[in-house]
Amino acid sequence: MKKISIYDEYESVIGVEVHVELSTASKIFCGCSTAFGGEPNTDCCPVCMGLPGTLPVLNDSVVEYAIKAGLATNCEINLYSQMDRKNYFYPDSPKAFQISQNSDPIAINGHLDVLSGEGLKRIGITRIHMEEDAGKLIHDDTKGTLIDYNRCGVPLIEIVSEPDMRSADEVKSFLQKLRAIVIYLGITTGKMNEGAFRCDVNLSVRKKGVQTLGTRTEMKNLNSFAFVTKAIEVEMKRQIDVLEKGGTITQETRRWDPAKKASFAMRSKEDAHDYRYFPDPDLMPVILDQHEVDRINDDMPMLPDEYLNILTKKFGLKYSLAEQIISNKNVADFTMETIGKVSNAELFGNLITNVVIDDSSLEINVEQMIELIHLLDSGKINSGIAKKVFEFMMKSGEMPTQIIEIHDLWPITSVDALTKMAIQLLDSNPKIVEDYKSGKIKAKSAYLGLMMKETSGKADPNISEEIFDDLLKKM
Amino acid sequence: MKALIYESIGELSKKLCASEISSEELTRAFVDQIEKLDDSIGAYLHFDPVLAIERAIAIDLKRQKKQILSPISGIPMAIKDNICTSDMPTTCASKMLEGYMSPFDAHVVKKLRANDAIILGKLNMDEFAMGASTETSYFKKTRNPVDMGRVPGGSSGGPAAAVAAFEAAYTLGSDTGGSIRQPAAFCGVSGLKPTYGTISRSGLIAFASSLDQIGPIAKNVEDLAFVYTALAGHDPMDSTSSERMVENKDALIGENIEKLRVALPMNYLREGIQKEVKDAVLEAAKTFESIGVTVEPVEIENMEYALPAYYLLSSAEASSNLAKFDGIQYGYRHSGFDSIGSLYNQSRGFGFGTEVKRRILLGTYALSSGYYDAYYLNALRARQMVKETFDKLFESFDVILTPVAPTTAYKFGEHSKNPVEMYLGDIYTVPVNIAGLPALSTNCGFDDDEMPIGMQLIGKAFSEKVILSLGLAFEKEFAKKEVVL
Repeated sequence: MKKISIYDEYESVIGVEVHVELSTASKIFCGCSTAFGGEPNTDCCPVCMGLPGTLPVLNDSVVEYAIKAGLATNCEINLYSQMDRKNYFYPDSPKAFQISQNSDPIAINGHLDVLSGEGLKRIGITRIHMEEDAGKLIHDDTKGTLIDYNRCGVPLIEIVSEPDMRSADEVKSFLQKLRAIVIYLGITTGKMNEGAFRCDVNLSVRKKGVQTLGTRTEMKNLNSFAFVTKAIEVEMKRQIDVLEKGGTITQETRRWDPAKKASFAMRSKEDAHDYRYFPDPDLMPVILDQHEVDRINDDMPMLPDEYLNILTKKFGLKYSLAEQIISNKNVADFTMETIGKVSNAELFGNLITNVVIDDSSLEINVEQMIELIHLLDSGKINSGIAKKVFEFMMKSGEMPTQIIEIHDLWPITSVDALTKMAIQLLDSNPKIVEDYKSGKIKAKSAYLGLMMKETSGKADPNISEEIFDDLLKKM
Repeated sequence: MKALIYESIGELSKKLCASEISSEELTRAFVDQIEKLDDSIGAYLHFDPVLAIERAIAIDLKRQKKQILSPISGIPMAIKDNICTSDMPTTCASKMLEGYMSPFDAHVVKKLRANDAIILGKLNMDEFAMGASTETSYFKKTRNPVDMGRVPGGSSGGPAAAVAAFEAAYTLGSDTGGSIRQPAAFCGVSGLKPTYGTISRSGLIAFASSLDQIGPIAKNVEDLAFVYTALAGHDPMDSTSSERMVENKDALIGENIEKLRVALPMNYLREGIQKEVKDAVLEAAKTFESIGVTVEPVEIENMEYALPAYYLLSSAEASSNLAKFDGIQYGYRHSGFDSIGSLYNQSRGFGFGTEVKRRILLGTYALSSGYYDAYYLNALRARQMVKETFDKLFESFDVILTPVAPTTAYKFGEHSKNPVEMYLGDIYTVPVNIAGLPALSTNCGFDDDEMPIGMQLIGKAFSEKVILSLGLAFEKEFAKKEVVL
């Protein structure tokens, strides 16, 4: 029986704040590029550097992108919202305030349904607001602290969830779903390693059955899903340990250190800034027309859930396979274009998820794919060869049959040729025969592995197996 | 013949167009005047005669090729030092920005250049436009050309003094709570605070963004119309900029004034006002009546809220607008720091003067959590009340006639020890900024010490042409009376 640990008596209450960098062509208040990775201080101008006399002008695309995010997460869109100033001194903020939204954000009261251990669970979204990103401080051992203003003014939306999550897994599902949505909307690259999708986690613990909330901490610098999961587990345990020893939790901001797999207090509530929010007098309120919101709603692209529905219901793919397909939007889009035209949807699904496809686009066409699946479906090639042909297809524009011819990939099906090879192989590997005779089933797979290796995967696996059985019967 | 520097824009423009004079000749005349007088006046913080004369020569050439279109082309002027210029420093008269070179021209400066204006230099002001006497300038005192022992007013003390001393044909100032109108009144010249949003604020170093407005100071009302029409108009770089079309100069002074109804708030004249100022404004009312304008005495309510609301809102906005001056990217950085916190504290502590620090503290306090509702939000409510009061009054009237300031120009040091006394001097001007209205300040008399008295004509939003036309008509009548006296 599993030992009941003290940790099982607690549950964690978790909410997240997610910053999504929008991929608009220009920044939120000026015409500078939002491209990532430029030479320091090359993608900036007097406006985003906050020079005296400059004024912000709100980029309409940012509002449109934020509305899309709101609609896709079932939010109400506020037809009146306003930009506020959040005042604080820090060298990454050249105006010494961030233009954000405080009292009237663009979207409120949304939700996402995510799969949790207990089935589908609704996670509330409190609000979505628009704001500008800050610059980056680079700490250099010899030169001191340097400032790169390129990121200043890159548009962000901040999505704040309700404290509705109870485990690291739920948080991970929520974040993955949210990330897929914003990528499918085409409003962000979603690249976590470039800071385009960043999460802060607010967490408190309480004894199961207790209704009141405990004191929470906020964890920052969680730039991968693995860090989020690990940080939640570690923080939950830390808080329970403190409480079990009779201590109290301090409301504070903690920074996750991925190398040490631990979080460290940055500042407590007492040192928290008074941001002195007030409406930015340089910007007019954002006043929307319901028709404008409706137009954006009508033009919304298909979202991950719709893809899932179609793939599972219309094409009969397994949920897990469909989920794998939609985890990459390029793959999902290609799948939607192709799956109805190939002779076997499942073979197609297995094949496309078996090939490693990065974020770059898939440069293959539907005709190539139809032929490839036909070859596979009709047994002319096996799945190993199909994968190879697929990989060649992504590099060249040739049709599968051509590729097979050029690269000599037709499977070896001749019984004579395969028998010759098998005899040779077993002669030089007597151990396989010995093992097989002493009852080790694994010996057969060792043989098959070697056959494939010798023929670069071209040996027909079924025929090769029959030959093996025949040969050993005779030995 | 009148020396060139005493002539109006209209007269100069005619002579330039007729090639009776050259822009070079005219510019040299102003350069000579500045070199002769400005050591004692102290209007200029930066003066560049070489650049100005070079520019004048180029414009004369352009004129020969008949490429000149603007009536203000070739006429020398100067700019308050909180408006960014890419070829001259822009300091806001603060140690914080000593020697600061902006990489860009303000929208108005681009317009001036497009109109072939000649920029003589940059003018003194109260530090970051906070003050009413130009005494808070970090660099120097500016003297009132009418009486060198007195202040020129502020914060656009330099721009008003430069016009009064004939050191520029006209100047640009900025007005957040009276900073164009009060110094114009103190120096006996004319100033226009246009409707909020008519002249782009892009390139004006902000004091209080929701109240700041650039405007001209000139010798007379017609000159204000020349400059206003050249500078007003929509600017996509300023989100608060109006998209309304701007009238040309002739239209701006061409309103039929006879049917205009002028309100005269009597409660403004009862207490806390110098007797000669009150008498001059009452006399002005009679002058208006004599030219067929209806003037009616009224009581204007709620104005007691305007001053405290103004000081809360302007200081709140200033506390945020001036936070960027932190010693990091540009401007003054104190050398004695050992942490980012002390870098901020020392740089801001030593870089800003007392009045600026007082306003930053006041504004920071008004926005702090726990005080925001009581101060900032209540000030916004008061602002709304003031606006509504004006709206109501403008249902029955076209223009409101008031004094510009309760007194004429005072002596140096007279009010600088007591900030509240200084703030009370803004009582007639701040409601106009609070409501975003246009107002004209022009001379309407002199006190017993021969110090000029200014009257203020407040118009409905975007009714610059009404107040300018009325101001021009007054000016003509007033000139006749002066001759008679």
